Amino acid sequence: MTTHPVRFYQVGSFAAGNRLLDDDQRSVQADPNRSNSLDSGHRACQGCGEALGARYALDAAMRATHGQLVAVNATGCLEVFSTPYPETSWRIPWLHSLFGNAPAVATGVAAAMKVKGRRDVRVVAQAGDGGTVDIGLGCLSGMFERNDDVLFICYDNEAYMNTGVQRSGATPPAARTATTEAVGPEPGNVFGQGKDLPRIAMAHDIAYVATATVADLHDLEQKVERAMELRGARYIHILVPCPLGWGSDPSATIRVARLAKETGLFPVFEAENGVVTSASPIRRRTPVEAYLSIQRRYAHLFGEHPHTEVIARLQAIADKNIETYGLLDDEAKQATPEGIDE
Amino acid sequence: MELPFAITLDVGSSRANRTGSWRIERPVYVDRLPPCNDACPAGEDIQGWLYQAEPGDYEAAWRQLTEDNPFPAVMGRICYHPCETACNRAELDEAVGINSVERFLGDLAIDRGWALPPVRDDSGKRVLVIGAGPAGLSATYHLRRLGHHVRLVDSSPQLGGMMRYGIPAYRLPRSVLDAEIARIIALGVDVELGHTVHDIEGERSESGADAVFLAVGAQLGRRVDIPAGDSSRVLDAISVLHRVADDDPPMLGRRVVVYGGGDTAIDAARTARRLGATDAVIVYRRNRERMPAHGDELEEALGEGVTMRWLTTVNRFDNDRLVLEKMRLNDDGFPEPTGEFEEMGADSLILAVGQDTDLSLLERSRGIAVDDGVVGVLPTMMTGENGIFAGGDAVPSARTATVAIGHGRRAARSIDAFVSGHAAEADGERHELATFDRLNTWYYSDAPRTRRPELERVRRQSTFDEVVGGLTEDNALFEARRCLSCGNCFECDNCFGVCPDNAVIKLGPSQRYEIDYDFCKGCGICVQECPCGAIDMVPERI
Repeated sequence: MTTHPVRFYQVGSFAAGNRLLDDDQRSVQADPNRSNSLDSGHRACQGCGEALGARYALDAAMRATHGQLVAVNATGCLEVFSTPYPETSWRIPWLHSLFGNAPAVATGVAAAMKVKGRRDVRVVAQAGDGGTVDIGLGCLSGMFERNDDVLFICYDNEAYMNTGVQRSGATPPAARTATTEAVGPEPGNVFGQGKDLPRIAMAHDIAYVATATVADLHDLEQKVERAMELRGARYIHILVPCPLGWGSDPSATIRVARLAKETGLFPVFEAENGVVTSASPIRRRTPVEAYLSIQRRYAHLFGEHPHTEVIARLQAIADKNIETYGLLDDEAKQATPEGIDE
Repeated sequence: MELPFAITLDVGSSRANRTGSWRIERPVYVDRLPPCNDACPAGEDIQGWLYQAEPGDYEAAWRQLTEDNPFPAVMGRICYHPCETACNRAELDEAVGINSVERFLGDLAIDRGWALPPVRDDSGKRVLVIGAGPAGLSATYHLRRLGHHVRLVDSSPQLGGMMRYGIPAYRLPRSVLDAEIARIIALGVDVELGHTVHDIEGERSESGADAVFLAVGAQLGRRVDIPAGDSSRVLDAISVLHRVADDDPPMLGRRVVVYGGGDTAIDAARTARRLGATDAVIVYRRNRERMPAHGDELEEALGEGVTMRWLTTVNRFDNDRLVLEKMRLNDDGFPEPTGEFEEMGADSLILAVGQDTDLSLLERSRGIAVDDGVVGVLPTMMTGENGIFAGGDAVPSARTATVAIGHGRRAARSIDAFVSGHAAEADGERHELATFDRLNTWYYSDAPRTRRPELERVRRQSTFDEVVGGLTEDNALFEARRCLSCGNCFECDNCFGVCPDNAVIKLGPSQRYEIDYDFCKGCGICVQECPCGAIDMVPERI
């Protein structure tokens, strides 16, 4: 009988930290000396997913660059809640641009650093989904095409939340927003429209494209770290639930993000040079109802006369993602801990 | 300060904005009572010692365990582990194998020769403990640690009570029992064996004892009136087990019938198999659901070839013909005779229909209430007689070794209070139960339970070798780490990580966390994402 050492660590890498793991295996967020790039006192709503996602991503980037980081921020919630004049929540060099030109400004910062010979200083540009998939798409596509040395991060909360929850090109089908009211024969946002920006980014054949959620911290941090190892244009798309716009409980922000991934509605994967290299498998497969029913933006699908056909169409989207990205692979392997001889 | 053109205010940090004022509910760290601890009759802090074992600090784990129970190696073999029945992990995959980790720690301690902590300075108080079974030895241990002098007497030639004379060696090897008892006696105990107490009051004054703990157990096998022929061999299970323990096994023959449905009936049948019986049949009046014996024991017995006759009673025993009567359960679940009879051949009949306590030593103690053959006690374990306490099988209880050990511990505390003249230390405020619905099980790694190897069936049918093996260190560590730490922070850093407002302060290893209420907006994410349910949300007073 061969024996292997037991590798089992109670919460493994699911939780932020774990006293049973070595420090270097814990997340950046478990480090009491993390940079807290986005400081306390910001005006984001209770339970804001974007505030969380921004700190996760930028703290990871700060560690990866040893603190040599500049961030360019498009207009949007993140900018508004973090910098009401004259206060700032940013503990990193931070520039605010217009709504649509953050990628171009970031290109400029990267060029300036190159001229100054500061290859050690890295540039991150960040925006919400409106600033990324709609208003800033031209500049972003140009930045990708020129392969400028910028990591662009989109915090996707699936609508224009700052201005009052209007539909964006990232709003999912059937979701209620202020401009896609839950009225008429097909209430909420229409099916068949909208933009899948990670795939658009991949079509530019840039070095690195990844998706992540605030529900899987280790995965998110590893992707930021990987992105900072590479040069050229890179793109990370992070799903950040918005309690206000989605009508979810502020305490449920991470749970909602987790369900987005576990249902298959939000595929979590990474791609290099235009090719998908890995996908995070679903651990506990869940029907889409579990995700939809805890958000008031989908409330019209439920109640006394549920729109089962709409729910079925959304389930079909999830099923297609599962098939396209192979999200059920390795499930069986995960269930068995390594190194146990029975 | 000179400000640039069109700038009228100095730049400042958003920390000036105390967003804590938005809050209408606040998160508060709590400790809840894990269901294992709640269920442990011996009062162990199971979650606590598993926590110590998780990083591999087995000695610390063992020390924490023995704060409450000096018998981990014994418990790890014979305890019916109500902790595992209560374990929240059972709802996730399978209960944590607490019992096997306990055994691992107990065996390791014996192997490494770890000693129990030194006793306190002599208190000058003397306690007489009557009965050296689990209750008496547990009380002795705790009393010695508190600095009291203990005189421990027992009528048997050896220490251990039913752990030695009732539990067969294939479940509890004597070397293990001896080692754990020796550790207690090494604390300095005045032991007198082969000494039967006939009068508790007289013995008390002779010993000059300030208090007495009565733990004489239930040593008398109960008999039922079964018509039997002159040459029919009828024995009681307790005597059979006692004689086997004394290395003087009775002749049972090849066809042995055991009458009864408790753990003792099963022990007797399994022992009969080992003494050479080809047929060991347990006859029980009720069905399996109503059998008081523990499921694990029954499974092991069936695995060894013991057979069951459910809903059957013994009518009479004519020489080697046993007449059985079929029973049925009435609407209230009581067995009723059916008038249907059958016969089977049997060489001996072992009665395992309950045990009684010999309380003749109490005849002169009018203050002590005896009801239904057992001694009545207060929650402090004190009898009606001032300074006389009782526990174990001699008081109303589930009559397991673990319960007895818990009695010993509780009685020791009460005795300490009594002889020292201070009020009995209250058990402390019990935390609310850490229920399964409070856990966020997403965060726990998937991990099925590690099984203890069982001796091959054939081998254990003929010998008294131990049946259930122990875990290796790797497996024990794995098993300990399956603990969910229900209701008690285990420092996973999740609250610290998931706060969108950086309002959780990490205080450092084993210092846990603190909420920064200046900035906590009260969103409750930390509460939802705490794996073990150690944070509560409470309304703010506005």
